[in-house]
Amino acid sequence: MESGALTPPARQEPRGDLDGCTARLRELLGRESVITDRQRVRTYECDGLASHRTVPAVVVLPENAEQVRAVVATCSAHGVPFVARGSGTGLSAGALPRSDGVLVVTSRMRRILELDVANERAVVEPGVVNLDVTRAAQPYGYYFAPDPSSQQVCSVGGNVAENSGGAHCLKHGFTVNHVLAVSVVTPDGQEVELGGHAREAPGYDLLGAFVGSEGTLGVVTSITVRLLRVPESVRTLLAGFPTTDDAGAAVSAIIAAGITPAAVEMMDALSISAAEQAVRCDYPEGAGAVLIVELDGPHAEVEHTFTEVSEHCVAHGAFEIRTAADERERALIWKGRKSAFAAVGRISRDYIVQDGVIPRTALPEVLRRIAELSASSGVRVANVFHAGDGNLHPLVLFDGSDPGETERAEEVSGAILDLCVEHGGSITGEHGVGADKVRYMGRMFTPEDLDTMQSLRCAFDPEGLCNPGKVFPTPRLCGETPGRRRGVHPLTEAGLAEQF
Amino acid sequence: MNERTPEQEPAPRESGRLDPSAPVSSGAGGAFDAFHPPQRELIDDCVHCGFCLPACPTYELWGEEMDSPRGRIHLMETGLDGEPLSESMVEHFDNCLGCMACVTACPSGVRYGPLINRTRAQVERNHRRELGQRLLRRLIFGLFPHPRRLRALRGPLALYQRSGLSELLRRTGLTDGLPASLRTMEELVPPVRSAPRIPERVPARGERRAVVGMLTGCVQHAFFPEVNTATARVLASEGCEVLVPRGQGCCGALSEHTGREREAVAFAKRVVDTFTTAGVDYVVVNSAGCGSTLKEYARLLADEGEYATAAASLAERVRDVAELVAELGPVAERHRLELTVAYHDACHLSHGQGIRSQPRELLRSVPGLEVREIERGEICCGSAGVYNLLRPEPAAELGELKAGNVRATGAELLVTANPGCAMQIGAALRRRGERMPVAHTVQVLDAAVRGLPAETLLGRRAPAES
Repeated sequence: MESGALTPPARQEPRGDLDGCTARLRELLGRESVITDRQRVRTYECDGLASHRTVPAVVVLPENAEQVRAVVATCSAHGVPFVARGSGTGLSAGALPRSDGVLVVTSRMRRILELDVANERAVVEPGVVNLDVTRAAQPYGYYFAPDPSSQQVCSVGGNVAENSGGAHCLKHGFTVNHVLAVSVVTPDGQEVELGGHAREAPGYDLLGAFVGSEGTLGVVTSITVRLLRVPESVRTLLAGFPTTDDAGAAVSAIIAAGITPAAVEMMDALSISAAEQAVRCDYPEGAGAVLIVELDGPHAEVEHTFTEVSEHCVAHGAFEIRTAADERERALIWKGRKSAFAAVGRISRDYIVQDGVIPRTALPEVLRRIAELSASSGVRVANVFHAGDGNLHPLVLFDGSDPGETERAEEVSGAILDLCVEHGGSITGEHGVGADKVRYMGRMFTPEDLDTMQSLRCAFDPEGLCNPGKVFPTPRLCGETPGRRRGVHPLTEAGLAEQF
Repeated sequence: MNERTPEQEPAPRESGRLDPSAPVSSGAGGAFDAFHPPQRELIDDCVHCGFCLPACPTYELWGEEMDSPRGRIHLMETGLDGEPLSESMVEHFDNCLGCMACVTACPSGVRYGPLINRTRAQVERNHRRELGQRLLRRLIFGLFPHPRRLRALRGPLALYQRSGLSELLRRTGLTDGLPASLRTMEELVPPVRSAPRIPERVPARGERRAVVGMLTGCVQHAFFPEVNTATARVLASEGCEVLVPRGQGCCGALSEHTGREREAVAFAKRVVDTFTTAGVDYVVVNSAGCGSTLKEYARLLADEGEYATAAASLAERVRDVAELVAELGPVAERHRLELTVAYHDACHLSHGQGIRSQPRELLRSVPGLEVREIERGEICCGSAGVYNLLRPEPAAELGELKAGNVRATGAELLVTANPGCAMQIGAALRRRGERMPVAHTVQVLDAAVRGLPAETLLGRRAPAES
């Protein structure tokens, strides 16, 4: 387990009437589904980013949309903050609970409500595992395109919250491109439908605003996802290069030639060695970098472009190229990449999975600067990235039991994000801001930018009860209902919040 | 808490290792005493990624973090950090089937096995269960690890079954009044068959390629004696001289998986003695649960003085029967068997020992035989040693799920390499009002080698013993 709290467990000043809220929740959902036993709720104290921990006051496990609505309405009525959580695999502490609040866990809501193959869509509950959508659609020749590395575990509800990407979003887009509609319980407990079955709807794109809002605008209770036809042909290639520069140049050449692969993934030597230890993926020996390139589409097109891709790889120094002969070999190639994050646990006691974006062309320069940072600080950095769209996942390795190492690692990790922003990129590509990157938002946005975003949030969540403390560095309060509070709001008085 | 119960003073004790007078709470703090708490360094290997969640049978059933491997490791960690061994903590450890599917799923290589085994031993030492549970455990462990006592049950059981009393009681619903665990026990027992005693030495057919010692097991020996005879015959046909030492006793698997460490250690020593004396190249096991425990003897007996070396040496020579036949390379001719089989991975074979391909390849090598895969095959059937007796309700639910998936294959015969799975899935199918013959991998090979018709395995004709 990642040790050493990078941030001390936050102990929030209680807001609202928690006891009254809990009692009502028990009436509504039954005792079995409302957990307050300290040891039990502690198992929910962190999501996939274990360095942030807060023990929730209450954990509820609703089984259907009506129960979610009832939970949110109850929290709202009692002024108690709440946080939604799916499988708890997020890497930005987006589902970090509140010690004064309710954690709404959707892991029991895992029914596929409708599979409408003719209209290429499925309606699923938020707790349905990403890969299970594909498993259900596959017999009909369809699949769900977003494929985060955690796809066998992560929930579709979580994908919506984070606008998850994955290796194949280079060609097929992020979750937002594959969600047609969502049923949402707004923070005041109303059930609303965003989007619709039509591909285009007039008016503001509220669905677009909701996807990727990191659980701050409401709790999703069902999702209508788009299904794609399984491509006629898929070819996967694994190429070994002497250095990441060579591999990066090959990627640029492939894209410049007008080819849009389904995925282009790169791993450097350190992450290759971790993956080898974990899953024996048998990548080319002695490689300073490997590229995984996958092409999908009509058979003839794929065969043609495949030859071209191989030629670009060879031209840029690939010393070994392997192609997957069958599904088993393809799975093995991907296994190394998809297990890379967790596999790093084999070579380092603790590590930070960083997530940043740069323009693809800046790749060699940024990698060089990361290597310099690593050398000067003595902190090892392994690199895994979606090379096609410049989404970096540097893994910053450290040993939390060593005094000072955690801080050094944090510094390097933060400096990498500065590099991304400096090169015109972003502080997150797909993992989200959550609680973890709140402190970096100011490096990318001006206060005015952040205020504008908060205005949107306030439209959905005027009381600030829905996943508060995430995304924005300074919580802002939205215009208060007259008469309900008098005088200065205590948070404003304490200097913790400003009022619009 | 922290009280010792008399039934936890088990069978023979030799060394003073697990001294009951040792201090119970100490530096380890929190939930665990100082003697072998779950290892902090193994807990640290967990990065909390959650890849184990969908593999876990109890997470599949309940969708709760504390009943997932990640949640249980988290509980162990909080236990080390000072949380007491409360009822709720114990409940979640008890809920674990120990199927090790999480170990297969884990990309970080967390060794959950030693963690849960140590935790269970701590629970047995430091937690006082309610009376019913204590009596149930006393009954189970007074019976199952004792092949002779189990065998002695066979006569009365066979009479009970043949007299029609068993069917009658089930139909009249009289057995419904029994506590769930006892009813489960009654349901699980397969029709008792008799098989001739295997001689102590079975010579190899043709050129002798290895001398192997055979573990006959407790449940296997009592309820599936025909599996043992088939194992001996197949091994002999494949050029093995098979030695079946008498008085080998229980291997300790059930005890270890239930936290009865001292009992397990005592049993393990006897097995080490027996097979070390026998002087064999390999120890062959046909029961997945036993095999995985034997392979872990080095760890189990690490603190046992001179036994440590002998245990390590023995553990290296332990093979599952399918593993050994595949390793030696089959030589005996297989006759045609027109048969479709569903192969069920026993958890302690696939997750525990990593043996998945060998049994499938051996089965596929039989001409005419088709092997079908079971959907969600990696999920435990709910047997899990004596789990189905200790936690009958979740076990039955998992049994239903498995039976449904087995049925969906449309196969004629279910093949698996563990007596517990055979009984559990058989019982779940019977509850659905369905009957499906069940055989061990080695019985299928035996039939193929001997040229018996498929009907022998399908139970349409009593197998002729040779």
